Amino acid sequence: MNTYNDIELMICVASRIFEDGASVSVGTGIPCAAVMLAQKLYAPNILITFEAGAVAPVLPAMPISVGDSTTMHKALQTGSTCDQMEMIQRGLIDYCFLGGAQIDAYGNINSTVIGDYKKPKVRFPGSGGANDFASMAWRIVMVVPHSIRRFTNKIDFITTPGYLTGPGAREQAGLPPNTGPYKIITNLAVMGFDEETKRMTLESIHPGVSIDDIKNNTGFELIIKQTPKQTEPPTQEELRILREEVDPFKAVIERKAE
Amino acid sequence: MESIGELLGFHHPDEMREFFRKKSKKMTSKLTDLKQAVSLVKEGDYISIGGFGTVRIPTAFINELLRAKKKNLIAACFTSNVDTDLLAAGKTFNKADASYIISFEALGAPKVLKKYFESGSIQLTEWSNGAMGWRYKAAAMGLSYLPVRSMLGTDTQKYSAAKEVTCPFTGMKYLAVPALYPDVAVIHVHAADIYGNSYIRGVLVADVDIAKASKKVIITTEKIVPTEFFRDNPQNTTIPFYQVDAVVVTPYGSYPCNMPYEYFMDVDHLREFLKAAEDEKTFQEYLDKNIYNCNDFYEYLDNCGGIRRLEYLKDLESQIIIEGGLR
Repeated sequence: MNTYNDIELMICVASRIFEDGASVSVGTGIPCAAVMLAQKLYAPNILITFEAGAVAPVLPAMPISVGDSTTMHKALQTGSTCDQMEMIQRGLIDYCFLGGAQIDAYGNINSTVIGDYKKPKVRFPGSGGANDFASMAWRIVMVVPHSIRRFTNKIDFITTPGYLTGPGAREQAGLPPNTGPYKIITNLAVMGFDEETKRMTLESIHPGVSIDDIKNNTGFELIIKQTPKQTEPPTQEELRILREEVDPFKAVIERKAE
Repeated sequence: MESIGELLGFHHPDEMREFFRKKSKKMTSKLTDLKQAVSLVKEGDYISIGGFGTVRIPTAFINELLRAKKKNLIAACFTSNVDTDLLAAGKTFNKADASYIISFEALGAPKVLKKYFESGSIQLTEWSNGAMGWRYKAAAMGLSYLPVRSMLGTDTQKYSAAKEVTCPFTGMKYLAVPALYPDVAVIHVHAADIYGNSYIRGVLVADVDIAKASKKVIITTEKIVPTEFFRDNPQNTTIPFYQVDAVVVTPYGSYPCNMPYEYFMDVDHLREFLKAAEDEKTFQEYLDKNIYNCNDFYEYLDNCGGIRRLEYLKDLESQIIIEGGLR
């Protein structure tokens, strides 16, 4: 059996989501590692874009910033932030890839404040490009560690839209139709969203994890329709490429999942 | 949804037409030094910094602005971290448009500045990066707003200063993001001539639109090139001379940030910044050592290892962007 840590598990599982030829807007960290792994293993023709302006680079190493030189290596275009956001607005981007401090049952994300907005307990960076990505890309994928603090019934601030208050709410707000949260990958499980209620559903459980572990780390009721599948554990090949080629300096994979 | 954020940096397009009508379009030398360039920033000005967080930031200018003890500015905190974190460290602004603040992305966030933003002493209006880009674009087009499909239905919309509008053709709901016309913009470029024609290599972020939208544009450049560099190949002109008010030569002027194709960011020094920012006392010592007690930017570069360190970062950059991997 292969040994791996929580971050490696999340990256390997996330890398399997993309079909070859998919287009994706990514940020730094875990999402970027997952897309790099996908490019090397499952989706060699994936189109990668970064909000600072780089299009279709061959990533030589993990970027530290979504605008740094690694995102420009052999890129086919280096444009502007508006260029990238307009590409999403025109409907060209299949997936966006996000993290966040708090998530609710409808996949709404908070990355702005904990506590009162005017005098917050904690201030986070804010939207960055996340709101634009999640408003207009076809499918939102989130990769975050699972905890009761993060998966909460009521988030303090909706920075980035999931399904807002439920069915029809995105369309009513004016967001493009047929968009919204698609998958959430954590260190415990893979979640999807229920067609009817737009609430989070359990899809598959990672090796060695029980349904109770997931319930105990989720602050809202997760829809469990049938016995969830078992997630395929990371393969030897995924782990080798991740460790040797994607993140050889252990910039991401040796961080703590918290 | 009604938004409750304060509208900052907005002007009527007709007022801006009058301003741009009077702005000189003569091709005269705009070469100056950092002190003179900093004096173009006035109390109460709305200031926009080019680049992207840790990439192509005009650090040399910002350090000089801190030494000049500028106060009461309004800042665009768009895709920003090292830039607005330094401006915040100098307590230069008390209001800001915020789309991404504080954190050095994958490297982490300076604790002292996080606390400063949490204290409520800076009044923020929320936006997304796309919205801020489009606000500059609306101004660059000479308009008062652009309709976009972002931010709708969220608290980011509520705490912004955007308004909902209806499309006259389709009846669709759009979010109107107001034009942003900064008083002064500072943009670091790869090369410029003495008239302000400027060349940027790699990602442009929002800099082309920022330069069009701003009343005053200050260019800091890695080097001066002859005008023939632009005349022989007009595609080299990322920002044209008639938008530019000052040109300052600042080699390595983005250090410790990444100047694409020239030098990589100094990750060790950025980590030193983050470590110093763990508490007030060590952070003040960091600022004194690297900014306030330095006569100029070269002294800061010397503090950080001087030419030896810069050569290392140049080599690192060529490994990353040209060779595509670390040796």
